[in-house]
Amino acid sequence: MSNKGVLITGGQSEMGPLAAAQMRLASFAPYRWFVAAIIWIADKLGLRGRSLVIAMPYLWLLVFFLLPFAIVFKLSFSEIAIAIPPYTPIVSWVDGIYLRLQLSFESYQLLFEDSLYIKAYLNSIKIATVSTLLTLLIGYPMAYGMVRAPKQWRTTLLMLVILPFWTSFLIRVYAWIGILKTKGLLNLLLMNLGIISEPLTILNTNVAVYIGIVYSYLPFMILPLYANLEKLDGSLLEAAADLGCGPFKAFWTITIPLSTAGIVAGCFLVFIPAVGEFVIPDLLGGSDTLMIGKTLWVEFFNNRDWPLASAVAVLLLLILIVPIVLFQKFQERANAQSA
Amino acid sequence: MKQFSRFNLISLLLGFSFLYLPIIILIIFSFNESKLVTVWGGWSTKWYAELLQNQGIKDAAWVTLKVAFISASVAAVLGTIAGMTLSRFGRFRGRTLFSGMIYAPMVMPDVIIGLSLLLMFVALAVDRGIATITIAHITFSLCYVAVVVQSRLSSFDDSIEEAALDLGCTPAKTFLFITLPVIFPAVISGWLLAFTLSLDDLVIASFTSGPGSTTLPMKIYSQVRLGVTPEINAVSTILVGLVACGVLLASYINRRQAKQRQADEQMAAQAD
Repeated sequence: MSNKGVLITGGQSEMGPLAAAQMRLASFAPYRWFVAAIIWIADKLGLRGRSLVIAMPYLWLLVFFLLPFAIVFKLSFSEIAIAIPPYTPIVSWVDGIYLRLQLSFESYQLLFEDSLYIKAYLNSIKIATVSTLLTLLIGYPMAYGMVRAPKQWRTTLLMLVILPFWTSFLIRVYAWIGILKTKGLLNLLLMNLGIISEPLTILNTNVAVYIGIVYSYLPFMILPLYANLEKLDGSLLEAAADLGCGPFKAFWTITIPLSTAGIVAGCFLVFIPAVGEFVIPDLLGGSDTLMIGKTLWVEFFNNRDWPLASAVAVLLLLILIVPIVLFQKFQERANAQSA
Repeated sequence: MKQFSRFNLISLLLGFSFLYLPIIILIIFSFNESKLVTVWGGWSTKWYAELLQNQGIKDAAWVTLKVAFISASVAAVLGTIAGMTLSRFGRFRGRTLFSGMIYAPMVMPDVIIGLSLLLMFVALAVDRGIATITIAHITFSLCYVAVVVQSRLSSFDDSIEEAALDLGCTPAKTFLFITLPVIFPAVISGWLLAFTLSLDDLVIASFTSGPGSTTLPMKIYSQVRLGVTPEINAVSTILVGLVACGVLLASYINRRQAKQRQADEQMAAQAD
């Protein structure tokens, strides 16, 4: 089972009552006629049917996932214009006879000349890296604790991790605003306890962004780690203990190296989306919190500079392409091993 | 019986309080009488009553539910096929590209997916609205369904399918009567996941929506930017409650089913 699979199904793959209902449905006459008709059509198509079946999701993703990137790429070479849509065409007819190709590198030039954009990219990578490490630091002991917990507790604990994963991202980020703001609950608590006399400014700073990212992405880190640690062979640790290895040394030399797969999967799942995060820096960060996802949003919605927003997206994609390809290779290998 | 060790217990307690305290606080303050979020004015459900009067939020909720229902259903069908393709069809031309297109949307930043789809809709001169949001949501949720279905298939022995094919069952019939019942729970959890992902999405919907198609997250976002209000706490509480009920119910049914099957297997073993 892949890590992501465990993440979503919670490792439960029993046949539910719905499957039973579906079986009952199978003996219902009109349903059988309907199915017979589908089967007849599918079988008439013969082997071509297989390619047709593959074609459906394939074409969908080509048209709605890959083709749009080509358009973003194309648009990044346009110039901003006061028109609807607000950009110049890069291919145009001259006198109805010649096709004229007009590429503008203005957007890319701006990206590299204005230090704001480079800073935003670097800052995004920095924030994503630090929060990935923080998430790992918090997530690993939790996943470890879950695996080591008494057996009857494990399903409940797994449920408790999955539940926030299913609840709205926006709401979970919003929940922190009331806690972190100057007159918020955290400051109120700390001041009542007499720990601080002046309220701390946390909301609208980078600290709040770190808290938001770690909080939102924690389940993405815990679940692949849990799936991995669960499969760890306990006899290795016993053997190490028998041979006089202390628990800390055993942890560093056995548990950590054997859970690399889970660590890598978890880090990818946190790092890649965190680099392009928009909601968290926008709601929790301040005006000085530069993150590229927010920059893209502002260029697009506020400045209406579509070519520049496209160029920002192209460059962001170039930065993320290596981790994304690595992540895909990794998932493929994990699936091949479990199959 | 093995017990929690002290270190593990502490890390779990701290970790889960970090995960749950903000949500619990949010829920408690949705029942606050006072308009101020930090001042407790006594228990009250007035913000829920006010919510029922808010036509804007009700409209947005209706749009969101429609989009989520349609996109989850289409994504469940396409995603099941994609999952089958990945785990059962072996090597075919363009497989690497296909699996790339399945895994990439799961980690791809939302701003990129949203921007690229919007630019395509503009280039094709498609009017933006509920339909374009739905298409966008189908695109990313089908990948999640595919991965759930694939993981279920990889833990299911394909010898039963092979046996059916050997005995002269046609591929389509094999799929409908053997494979589909086995992976059906995965398809259902894929559908549920697609539904909640669609319910939750702000960024992609903001890019692909048009006039008159504001979704609930977009509505919440525009109000959240103005500050914390008890009314938004109330909407959030309802959403969190719905999702929690759904997930708990699904896991309860699953667990009961597993117990039932265990009992059946024991009885079968005794009968032998």
